[in-house]
Amino acid sequence: MGGLNRKNMKIHEYQGKELFKKFGVTVLENELARSPEEAASAYTKLGGKVAVVKSQIHAGGRGKGTFAENGDQHGVQLVKSAEEARQAAANMLGNHLVTIQTGQTGKKVNQVLVEAGCDIARELYLGVVLDRESKRPVLMCSQEGGMDIEKVAHETPEKIFKEHFDPAQGIESFQVRKLCKKLGIEGKTVRLADKFMKALCRLYVDLDCSLMEINPLVVTGDGDLVALDSKIDFDSNAMFRHKDLEAYRDLSEEEPSEVRASDAGLSYVMLDGNIGCLVNGAGLAMSTMDIIKLHGGEPANFLDVGGGANADQVTEAFRIILSDENVKAVLVNIFGGIMKCTTIAEAIVVAAKSVGFTVPLVVRLEGTQVEEGRKILEDSDVDLITATDLTDAAEKVVATLG
Amino acid sequence: MSILIDKNTKVICQGITGSVGEFHTKGCLDYGTKMVGGVTPGKGGQTVQGLPVFDTVEEAMAETQADATMIFVPPAFAADAILEAIDGGIKVVIAVTEGIPVLDMVRVYEAAKASDSVLVGPNCPGVITADECKIGIMPGYIHQKGSVGIMSRSGTLTYEAVWQTSNLGLGQTTCVGLGGDPIVGTSFIDVLKMFQDDDETESILMMGEIGGTAEEEAAAYVKEHITKPVAAFIAGRTAPPGKRMGHAGAIISGGKGTAEEKIAALEAAGIEVAQSPADMGTAMKRAIEKA
Repeated sequence: MGGLNRKNMKIHEYQGKELFKKFGVTVLENELARSPEEAASAYTKLGGKVAVVKSQIHAGGRGKGTFAENGDQHGVQLVKSAEEARQAAANMLGNHLVTIQTGQTGKKVNQVLVEAGCDIARELYLGVVLDRESKRPVLMCSQEGGMDIEKVAHETPEKIFKEHFDPAQGIESFQVRKLCKKLGIEGKTVRLADKFMKALCRLYVDLDCSLMEINPLVVTGDGDLVALDSKIDFDSNAMFRHKDLEAYRDLSEEEPSEVRASDAGLSYVMLDGNIGCLVNGAGLAMSTMDIIKLHGGEPANFLDVGGGANADQVTEAFRIILSDENVKAVLVNIFGGIMKCTTIAEAIVVAAKSVGFTVPLVVRLEGTQVEEGRKILEDSDVDLITATDLTDAAEKVVATLG
Repeated sequence: MSILIDKNTKVICQGITGSVGEFHTKGCLDYGTKMVGGVTPGKGGQTVQGLPVFDTVEEAMAETQADATMIFVPPAFAADAILEAIDGGIKVVIAVTEGIPVLDMVRVYEAAKASDSVLVGPNCPGVITADECKIGIMPGYIHQKGSVGIMSRSGTLTYEAVWQTSNLGLGQTTCVGLGGDPIVGTSFIDVLKMFQDDDETESILMMGEIGGTAEEEAAAYVKEHITKPVAAFIAGRTAPPGKRMGHAGAIISGGKGTAEEKIAALEAAGIEVAQSPADMGTAMKRAIEKA
């Protein structure tokens, strides 16, 4: 079952724009730079007029965000000379950009995109997502381009226009015309929008995206449509048929412990608390976090070992949990279905030897082969606290923290 | 009575020759389920657990007249297998497979809705009618024949709820695992309708989780149409936004799909909401006593 639990894959703006070009979605000329010198020569190559230097990280809000090392430098900057491009890139590269989506430490910028400027007449928003209610993909547009679209959707949902489409057919021309009317797009731009929106919906379907956004989508002074930004996430479950997209994965953008967990076929999300959790099943794993909180504790992670996990995977799960230095106690909660309680009990014994538990361990076992599992733990010399049910387990693990 | 499946339901397994398919076919046989065969393309003529294997669903249906199918086909081929089951006219199609691409499910969902088949799942533990028929991966022995209808988006959390209702002596009629994916064939509302119409089911217990709006839709339906006592639990109060919690469908995105919103909607519909996952059985009991 390895790899199934991998989260939806994100890519960088520049990679998204490469895909846009491939599918016939208009983007501006640009060059990727990994050093200040490359940024300067990219500027010159692009014609030496106005250009924009853009930090490439997997997070939104880059334009408003500033650097941890230099609060005056924003994540996106307009430049008018090769020297300015060089300086902007020097301020960004190797430093940490803090945006509304990155958390306080920010994300390290390893590359910048240098892009030609353009004559912006209007800024729109365009996105494609799966609508879970209607169970179809939906193309969404708004005149509120460049804004925080979640805020627009929340406060003024009437300003977002939607057209659902059949993945096999893509979006129809009449649907594009409806959207254009509402967006106030006229003349030749309507014809361009037909090609543009159809290409985007095709890309969304053909590459199994889970989210695609262009914010802003620009109407130029000449009436052309240009994707000024790109955000694309892919459905991890479909990556088996898009091997070529694997090359776009940037491991430096992912939490190392989460990468390690996904390699081991485990589903793990790091949180801020100090009680580590090891659970089988996603719903029970979430519920275990909830009950810890209910009894006054804070969960350090979500971890679902899955139904078919073996001793090696469970041992690796313990290693991952204990590698988080915030963890001061661990709660194991297993309701054996496919997963046998003996498997988890044996894994606890192995892990105690090979990993070494330095923090209190509370174990609650129920379900398939529970008696045998409890016996394995009793007969071992592993120092642990057993719990009889969920409430007992939560109370005991919180109590260990004093 | 019960819903979807009972002691007379004849069942085939698609993907029966795989290790997981065979393992759970045996589990279902041990529980007493009327397993009548299996399907694996290219392996027709073989026998697994004493059951005949067919190349196609069409052939399996002609030979066995199965009422239900349990699907363990790997994710890359699972959508095709579900479509084949629908095409074959199988009434109850239960897809256990986890990891099916969501755009495949857009197509499959429409095909299921346009047919007479009921699709349960994918990414679900299956369906069980206590003491009669088990189709799926749940541990059979925790179930006890009784009066509570159970439905859930999660596997092990359902076991927890089943265990609690068994220990309280309430027992279950049928338990339906709806599945943890963004698009599943059967919704809470579909099952609510069935439980309402089922004489044996006296009360209903539902387990939801963060992400999507299925629980809010169910709450509105309960308020209008359900006369039996309903209790609920929502997993994921402590889940941070924007992070997928294991299940592909369990994610708070754009500030939507939070546990708080769901709990508020359920309570507004008069549903007894368990505050703790240890309290699901007792919440059901409270709802029954109030009614």
